[in-house]
Amino acid sequence: MTDSRHSASTHERSYWLDDPANVTRLYRGVWVVGLLLVATDFVLRRHDDLAFAETVGFYALYGFVACVSLVLAAKLLRRAVKRPEDYYDH
Amino acid sequence: MTIDLPPGLLLIGAGLLAPLVPARLRPAFLLLAPAAEFAHLLSLVPGMTLRSEVFGFALEWVRVDRLSLAFGYVFVIASLLYAVFAWHLRGRLEPSAAMVYAGAAMSAVFAGDFLTLFLYWELTAITAVLVIWARGSEHAFRAGFRYIVVQLASGVLLAAGAAWRYAETGSLAFGAIGLDQPGGVLLLLAFGIKCAFPFLHNWLQDAYPEATATGTVVLSAFTTKLGIYALARGFPGTEMLIWIGTAMAAFPIFYAVIENDLRRVLAYSMNNQLGFMVVGVGVGTELSLNGTVAHAFADILFKGLLFMSMGAVLLRTGTVNGTNLGGLYKSMPWTTGFCIVGAASISAFPLFSGFVTKSLIMTAVAGDGRIVEWLILLFASAGVFHHAGIKIPYFAFFAHDAGIRCREAPANMLIAMGIAAALCIGIGVLPDLFYSILPFAVAYEPYTASHVVAQLQLLVFSALAFAVLMRTGIYPPELRSVNLDFDWLYRRAALRAVRRTTAFTSARIRQLGAIVSHAATWALAQGERRTSAGQFMADGGSTRGMALWVMVMLVSYLVLYYI
Repeated sequence: MTDSRHSASTHERSYWLDDPANVTRLYRGVWVVGLLLVATDFVLRRHDDLAFAETVGFYALYGFVACVSLVLAAKLLRRAVKRPEDYYDH
Repeated sequence: MTIDLPPGLLLIGAGLLAPLVPARLRPAFLLLAPAAEFAHLLSLVPGMTLRSEVFGFALEWVRVDRLSLAFGYVFVIASLLYAVFAWHLRGRLEPSAAMVYAGAAMSAVFAGDFLTLFLYWELTAITAVLVIWARGSEHAFRAGFRYIVVQLASGVLLAAGAAWRYAETGSLAFGAIGLDQPGGVLLLLAFGIKCAFPFLHNWLQDAYPEATATGTVVLSAFTTKLGIYALARGFPGTEMLIWIGTAMAAFPIFYAVIENDLRRVLAYSMNNQLGFMVVGVGVGTELSLNGTVAHAFADILFKGLLFMSMGAVLLRTGTVNGTNLGGLYKSMPWTTGFCIVGAASISAFPLFSGFVTKSLIMTAVAGDGRIVEWLILLFASAGVFHHAGIKIPYFAFFAHDAGIRCREAPANMLIAMGIAAALCIGIGVLPDLFYSILPFAVAYEPYTASHVVAQLQLLVFSALAFAVLMRTGIYPPELRSVNLDFDWLYRRAALRAVRRTTAFTSARIRQLGAIVSHAATWALAQGERRTSAGQFMADGGSTRGMALWVMVMLVSYLVLYYI
């Protein structure tokens, strides 16, 4: 895609991230980096203050699960606390 | 050794004089003040003091030690950054009030007794509300009003706690306090309001996002960090603080995920960072207290940088709502870059400041054997990257292109952001140099292979979680909305209760009035009837008779008097 449909007429230049294929490349790249980091755990015996945190991939799994549950919980929270934007105005 | 010039006074003086300086020269004048203050601060060494006796109270106006110096350095850096960032302002109110505010906060961290602390504590509250009101909007006015009520409540608690302590100990000196006396509890509450403890926190998310593009930057630096300083001085090793801090680190991030106003997201994330600092105070070891001071120092810089980048966006586009933004990296590439540095720092990426400061606290918690707290804090660390590290830059500068084409931020803003970004990276790259200004000697090495890999795993997989949720459409979209928080209790529930009570009371008063007026009408009618019928009590009696009775009374009074 050479021309984003949102881009203003004054900016005809197209950016690398405008192409969804590049975004997908970036996304896959991050997965590769992540998996390499987990693979490092097999080579490098990580030392940690807490023994269970030395398990292979502990931080990777914890980070992923933490963020997914954070977002899912926040979605539930939104159901309870969401009000119109002018709620406090009158 | 005695000091001639208390630190902070230069800033206060400059702020007070600034309105008189011609508008063209004012920015330079307001930049010179923190520069001079910085030079002055570098000449101070621990052990210096300034004491005097006022109305029989032994006051210590200035006490220099390593704890106050560390906060002093970062406060003066923050006021310098603000002076550059707000260089383009032509109004009198905000920059002048902001400089007095910065000076008051700085004077407060050097105060050696509660009375001096109280004076500057109140001065920060009054000047900060002027900064909020400088926005000039209805929302800012109301939020500022709520802000000042809460802050003055903190001041009242501080005064009451100090007075109670004085009655019991006979001293006003501000040192370790403890909770064994009621005065200590009041002081903890006073500090807790400034630190935004759970349920005492909403003034922060309420007021800061309502200030101007520049005002929020200066507000973010001082009030909460002054609270952290006071907590670190007064309550190190108070175990309760570990749980309070853990709750602070965890809860705000849920709100940060669903909040639309990106400066409010940052306010929630600030609350979360304050949580880490409070935990550090609670653990109370040299390592953890170093962590608290280091993280407060780093937070002022990276949170200031993030608020600056959002301030630049607000200035150029007129909004910081996630719903209206996106794709701004095309128009504001430098601001985008600086924002990403701030985001990497708050997320504790290796080579950025958060990595070398937050880990001091995490290591201290783990070393204390507090596994549950450590796991919650690790959850909060992942969450920080998620909502502040990714969400802020993503929704403002990337996401879908909202079609906004604007100019890059003005040069002065870019310079301020550049300096802040350089400091964030500097701290991350040269931790030993930075550690040398902390209160205690540091024997901690952040850059071990294990630590770097562990942190990168945590962050990369948090990013992947965000990406997966985005690409699958599970991630909640940004929505224009208000999210109810604890402040609902006083902004709605209490208001309703007051209205209902007032309505109830006035209805009862009306009923009572009606009864009285009915009774009076009836009595009058009775009197009229009796008069016309010539009955008892209806005749007025004779004047002679009355005079006689008065004489009898006076004589008996005279007689009684002489008996």
